[in-house]
Amino acid sequence: MEELIQTIDSGDTAWILTASALVLFMTIPGLSFFYAGLVRKKNVLSVLMHCFVITCVMTILWLLYAYSGCFAEDGKVFGSAKYSILNGLGAKPHGNADTIPHELFFIFQMTFFIITPALMVGAFVERIKFSAVLWFTGLWALLVYVPACHTVWGGGLFGEMGVKDFAGGIVVHITAGVGALVACIVLGPRTGHPDTQMMPHNLPMTVAGTGMLWVGWFGFNGGSAVAADGSAAMAIVVTQISAATAALTWMFVEWFKHGKPSVLGIVTGSIAGLAAITPASGVVGPQGALIIGLASGFICWYASTAIKAKFGYDDSLDVFGVHGVGGLIGTLLLAFLGAKDALDGRGDFIAGPQFVVQLKAALAVGAYTLVVTWVILKAVDAMVGLRVDEQDENSGLDVSSHGESGYND
Amino acid sequence: MKKIEAIVKPFKLEEVKDALAEVGVVGMSVSEVKGFGRQKGHTEIYRGSEYTVDFLPKMKIETVVADQAVEEAVKAITNAANTGKIGDGKIFVLPIEQAIRIRTGENGDEAI
Repeated sequence: MEELIQTIDSGDTAWILTASALVLFMTIPGLSFFYAGLVRKKNVLSVLMHCFVITCVMTILWLLYAYSGCFAEDGKVFGSAKYSILNGLGAKPHGNADTIPHELFFIFQMTFFIITPALMVGAFVERIKFSAVLWFTGLWALLVYVPACHTVWGGGLFGEMGVKDFAGGIVVHITAGVGALVACIVLGPRTGHPDTQMMPHNLPMTVAGTGMLWVGWFGFNGGSAVAADGSAAMAIVVTQISAATAALTWMFVEWFKHGKPSVLGIVTGSIAGLAAITPASGVVGPQGALIIGLASGFICWYASTAIKAKFGYDDSLDVFGVHGVGGLIGTLLLAFLGAKDALDGRGDFIAGPQFVVQLKAALAVGAYTLVVTWVILKAVDAMVGLRVDEQDENSGLDVSSHGESGYND
Repeated sequence: MKKIEAIVKPFKLEEVKDALAEVGVVGMSVSEVKGFGRQKGHTEIYRGSEYTVDFLPKMKIETVVADQAVEEAVKAITNAANTGKIGDGKIFVLPIEQAIRIRTGENGDEAI
């Protein structure tokens, strides 16, 4: 007992306490504001509500089973329920984080469990039924996030294969991105899309939310070292470089293409760069971060504009184009940029074989997410219905679903 | 009595108000309006999607003046709101049948 307690490091503990707060702050209010500013003003409250209620629901699910499902040291795909309701934690830290209290690892990982389904809100805004939000995100978190997390981080299948996913390129961004893509296709476009003009109603809100996300991301990536050390510091360094590079890339591309550098463009670019560096932030160096920033800024821009327009799906706030594609870029590029013989890579792996592992894990999790998300949505549709009726959609979800308006005189 | 309705560029409101005050106009109502004339709208681009904004924001000033004051008031607005560029706005003059001050019950020119 005494020996175990001695492994707790107060510096590590202090940093992860801080990082937990930073990552929770990314969802409420960071992501909430980022999304809320992008919808029409009759739906602003519904988006804030979705993010808020997801925070609450995920907290309870995490406590009841999801933490155990993710991090119990058994099971190939789902962990057992041995840590449900924090049972049996004792004084022993979790094996993934042996210098901080187990409860702290629980709460730090909970903030990731919260933001991942909340990311998908951007795909179903302005038309989804509130009860469907609860059912869909709850089931999705248990049936998609839990096995993805367990297989990659919890000692399951892909972890054993040696996949590198430092802070959640696969676990967070690919699952949320693919889930969002399926959700917007199954729900169908907003009534009137794309002929009716649906402009963002409050870009300053979106810019403020982006700033909160960016700052919070220091906890997301820096905290994923689960230690207050050089690896955490370097994770934050490369996070900053990638975010800035991708933001500038998106800005210059739009400036060149449309004649003006747009505010929405630069902030969206920063999120793409942040999502892309997430899986790589433990293994790439500054040069790798520059390349990931450039690649994600350009490719995510292309995915969110040209590809979306070509296929016509209404991924309203570009969850797939920014998070899904960004997460995939980082997950794959890290094999080359983070390898020990490449550029300034910090990884302990060889590029070629690692790339195969990364690709396998990304494709497997992506394909699993695609199928399971589709099944969950069909089930929820049968149970409670996915969309509000057209009249309620026209009135806006704030009044029709919640009986309130975002802006009163 | 005549009512003068002037649609002007929003940033010209202060100048128009001061110019009207100078020629003795003692009251007015203003409202934010949206519309288009020959200026038409403009386009905005959000993540690559192009939107046409047809209705541009303008200020509508409404004031009622005595018949003999109309010419001077119109001249004041025209001078103050003019930028020489398309979209400066319009002035309409309408006849007014009666005006009553609610507090005192006065009517006609005395009420304006």
